[in-house]
Amino acid sequence: MQYQADVTIKLKSGMLDPEGTTIKRALEHLGYEANSVRTAKKYTIELQAENIHDARENVQEMCEKLIANPIIHNYSISLRELE
Amino acid sequence: MSIAIIQFGGSNCDLDVLHVLQDVVGIDAELVWYKEEDLDRFEGIVVPGGFSYGDYLRAGAIAARTPVMNSIKKLAYTGKPIIGICNGFQVLAESGLLNGALTTNEYPKFRCESKLLRVETKDTPFTSKFKKGDIISVPIAHMEGNFYADEVTLTMLNNNGQVVFRYVDVNGKATDEANPNGSQENIAGIVNAKKNVLGMMPHPERASEDVLGSKDGSKIFESMAEFISQS
Repeated sequence: MQYQADVTIKLKSGMLDPEGTTIKRALEHLGYEANSVRTAKKYTIELQAENIHDARENVQEMCEKLIANPIIHNYSISLRELE
Repeated sequence: MSIAIIQFGGSNCDLDVLHVLQDVVGIDAELVWYKEEDLDRFEGIVVPGGFSYGDYLRAGAIAARTPVMNSIKKLAYTGKPIIGICNGFQVLAESGLLNGALTTNEYPKFRCESKLLRVETKDTPFTSKFKKGDIISVPIAHMEGNFYADEVTLTMLNNNGQVVFRYVDVNGKATDEANPNGSQENIAGIVNAKKNVLGMMPHPERASEDVLGSKDGSKIFESMAEFISQS
């Protein structure tokens, strides 16, 4: 089966997010109010797997070995079957 | 005695390190492409600065997972001295050889300037030629040099004497003003528990000759050379 995984990587809460802070400041310059802005990165991965369980395990391993740095990041995975 | 200088796509301080090792310190060194899997003939390693793989994903993340890293880990295990400078520090941290992570500078700007560092320990293969408390001038050039480690790791680094350099002011105090990137406790360089792997954000190869305004950095390479000749 073909699957698509959307992987979202975020800095752990409490960690400084200088990019988010800069964007928040820019929003304020434009007259918008935001209590906070946090950035995240999203990776879209298409992969082949026997079933959705295997696909999830595979993507989880990818996150732990490369895509996220567990010291500073949390990640979440959203999976769907492709036609 | 020969030292390997590891080259990744995007390394750019490799030739500076080669020049300092060969022409200033006077030890044999060789450039080694990242696909090399056997480093057993070398007595030490330098992972130089630059922008390996364009800093894609995270600074150092992709280089940390290349074939040469397995050989570097093997050498680290045998106690041979390894230095990661700037992007090299990011690579060693990403590879797990060093604790913590280097994240975006607190003020997200590329900082390129001379900084004062305090030598926190001479009890490493890289600082034996200093005295504890020496203040040295070495330039930085980075945007992701903000050292982060969790509380437990930070306490361990402090208690084991693994913090090697801190950013300080002219009085030798580790103040917020002297901290260029928001690093926890002004940390500029650390070693692993065995103390044979050093990571530092400042560039000692850019401060190794009088003509560059400081030659404090050369002592790091000289200490490393002495360690190798004695082991």
